Amino acid sequence: MKQSGGWLWRASVANLFFLYGPIAALIIFSFNASRLSAAWQGWSLHWYRALWADQALQAAAVNSLWVATVSTLLALLLGVSLAVGLEGLPGRRQRQIEQALLLPLVIPEVMMGVSLLLFFVLVRMPLSLTTVIVGHALFNVPVVLVIVRARLRKLDPRLLEVAADLGASYGDALRYVTLPLLSPAILGAGLMAFTISLDDFIVTFFTAGPGATTLPLKVYSMIKSGLSPEINALSALFVIVSMGLIGFSLLLQRR
Amino acid sequence: MHAKEMILALCLALFLLGGNLACQRMSGDEEQKTLHYFTWSDYVGPELLAEFERRHGVRVVVDTFSSNEELLAKLQGGATGYDVTVPSDFMAAIMIQQGLVAELDPAMLPNATTLEDHLQHLPFDPTQRYAIPYLWGTVGIGYDSAIISTPPDSWAVLWDSRYAGKISMLNDQREVFGAVLRSMGASMNTKDLALIEEAKVRLLAQKPLVKAYASDHYDQLLASGDVVLAHGWGGPVARAMKDRPSIRYVVPKEGGTLWADCLVVLQSSPRKELAMQFINYLLEPQVAARTAERLLFASANKEARPFVPAHILDNPAIYPPLELLPRLEWMTDVGETLRIYDRAWTELKMQ
Amino acid sequence: MGLLFVVPLCLMFVISFAGRGTYGGIVWSFSLTNYLDLLHPLYARILGQSILLAAGTTLLCLIMGFPLAYYIARAAPRRQGIWLLLVMIPFWTNFLVRTYAWMFILRTEGLLNTVLLKLGVITTPIELLYSNTAVVIGLVYGYLPFMILPLYVALERVDRTLVEAAWDLYATRWTVFRRIILPLARPGVVAGCLLVFIPALGAFLTPDLLGGARSMMIGNLIQHEFLVARDWPLGAAISCLLMLFVVGMMSWSLRAAKPLVQQESES
Repeated sequence: MKQSGGWLWRASVANLFFLYGPIAALIIFSFNASRLSAAWQGWSLHWYRALWADQALQAAAVNSLWVATVSTLLALLLGVSLAVGLEGLPGRRQRQIEQALLLPLVIPEVMMGVSLLLFFVLVRMPLSLTTVIVGHALFNVPVVLVIVRARLRKLDPRLLEVAADLGASYGDALRYVTLPLLSPAILGAGLMAFTISLDDFIVTFFTAGPGATTLPLKVYSMIKSGLSPEINALSALFVIVSMGLIGFSLLLQRR
Repeated sequence: MHAKEMILALCLALFLLGGNLACQRMSGDEEQKTLHYFTWSDYVGPELLAEFERRHGVRVVVDTFSSNEELLAKLQGGATGYDVTVPSDFMAAIMIQQGLVAELDPAMLPNATTLEDHLQHLPFDPTQRYAIPYLWGTVGIGYDSAIISTPPDSWAVLWDSRYAGKISMLNDQREVFGAVLRSMGASMNTKDLALIEEAKVRLLAQKPLVKAYASDHYDQLLASGDVVLAHGWGGPVARAMKDRPSIRYVVPKEGGTLWADCLVVLQSSPRKELAMQFINYLLEPQVAARTAERLLFASANKEARPFVPAHILDNPAIYPPLELLPRLEWMTDVGETLRIYDRAWTELKMQ
Repeated sequence: MGLLFVVPLCLMFVISFAGRGTYGGIVWSFSLTNYLDLLHPLYARILGQSILLAAGTTLLCLIMGFPLAYYIARAAPRRQGIWLLLVMIPFWTNFLVRTYAWMFILRTEGLLNTVLLKLGVITTPIELLYSNTAVVIGLVYGYLPFMILPLYVALERVDRTLVEAAWDLYATRWTVFRRIILPLARPGVVAGCLLVFIPALGAFLTPDLLGGARSMMIGNLIQHEFLVARDWPLGAAISCLLMLFVVGMMSWSLRAAKPLVQQESES
């Protein structure tokens, strides 16, 4: 495998450059003394100081993280159980239900947002952060489903037969065979759902109650008065803190 | 998967949701003493909010939206819980017409009696029963005087091929049609199909000259020199002036759009009195002046003028000179004809 | 949960037959006018262009994302999670800020042109921004992780011994890829393509910002009808048609991702 190693490594690094290029630009501009990205006016921590003082923005960021976490957990719970549950069904039925469950993925965001709003109004559920979480979980379930099923298809059904032969109950087989084998998919799907939820705007806008502002809502509304580099600073912090966490976990692994 | 496991998963999910609800409730507010202000970003500074909170012993929670249309869609969908909001003039008219806005009590709004003369009788609400103008301005052309030495005086400059690729237009169907209709001598609110068709043809001819249709970052485009002519609202052009002093703003001789963001109390609000007190507070001369200075939009309250710094008062991009008023017009709803504009706009985009 | 989205969907379906009030409300009636209006070639062009852009984006994501996904899949198991995090972290920044960063890079006097000019690769700046190319770049950037993650999930399961056996049998790199890796990764490829194509089809912010709103994609059109035109019925009709198209495409592709065991029995 060494022959393809060099090429693979270079392609991967190029990919990472592509992914992080704009991020680097974004971080650099968080230190720009000028408000506009067009003009560079020297290094400054001004925007970080502004961010520190901006409680509304911080609250929105916290809301976003909370919504993303809870809705991801919900989506994982529902998505994984549905994915595994579908496995036991005959082929045609499986496909039909799968397609139905993938529907939220297909719906245009505006329509999804408006539909959810109409639904909540219909059942007289007051809008709040919880309704946002429900909305996010809803459109993330298909994402989880797709990713987990991609993995399930590769699962050898004979493994489960073997487990049964060895006397394992269904629950045990689930815990010790299926779920561990699915864990990369669960991790991947969770990451995906979390990321999607963090940046969602339209569905969040229509389902958020008073006081339930998330980061995207706050940022998009800044368009009229000009986007402040405070957001750059906040994004830069997200990146740096996350990297820090990774570095920390790497250190832990060394032990 | 067996039923048992599915039910377990479902229970866990409900538990999670319930736990979340509990957390929300714990950090929730006492509903009676909170005012919910649904507005554009940055429309009132935190220190001004704190002042109001102190005076009345309440909390003000601010939520934001990014466009009039989204505001309307959300309210039409049935969202409640907001008390005060700030639609632009034409959207306020629609909201009034749809019954989303509560009637105001003039006795609670003494600051509203000193509005600028031209804002005292809005065409869609002449008696200020529903909407009070808060900030106002014009739509015109920002240009770089270092490149365009003679100040442009007509909308036709946006069709000047000398500036090909250096022109930006708003990404707003009504405003863009407004610009071309005015250059043809017509009103932006026309329902004449022939005029609209002619306008579309002219816009199609203009498209190769246009760098981008942008409603949000044309101030950046102007400041960086990417465009030398930008169709836009005065405030962002004023922002660009700070970074490139050669930027100027003009409302062409054929006229421009007069706009005003209006404060309204929502019909669904359970705290209408507090809402009106808040509106009154926002219109207080010093509060209004601070807001004007911060946002670079003119305040609707005449009495705010003495408190506004001179360089802002003198900037035509922020405080439109009153001589302009005769040639400005309000944008009004065109009813069924909107579909014609829609189709024309789509055709323009797809060319 | 099923109720949660079936009820609003039905509502929308019903609305698509209604009429638009003079000032934007819904006039409850039943007519096919909305759907008939959509038969205008203009809308077909919009759909066609959107499909093209979305397909191009999906293909590029696949080509670009595959190496990285494969690399991560072959990394030490404990490191895989970290790699995945590294891939996702850029997308925990705000979308608008990322897009503005791209605009800064792609501008005529932006980073890319400056670097290319300095290196002498080009003599005049390339006008990248405000074109369909910029939109594709933006879409590919935004949806790359949506491709990498499912690919990784599938590739992680590729049995190394199979690949090694192929090498031992003197297969070329390309043959190994084509006859072993790709078929085994197929469910991941399908999942990735779905997760990229469908959202890319409905994108509206990227075409507006990076494309300078010079063109309308179907996402823009739906946004426009629901919000600016305040024509919910027409917006609902467009959405229903779009959904019909996508669902049809999905059912075809899901059939393509047959389980591994069946594949083996067929080859």
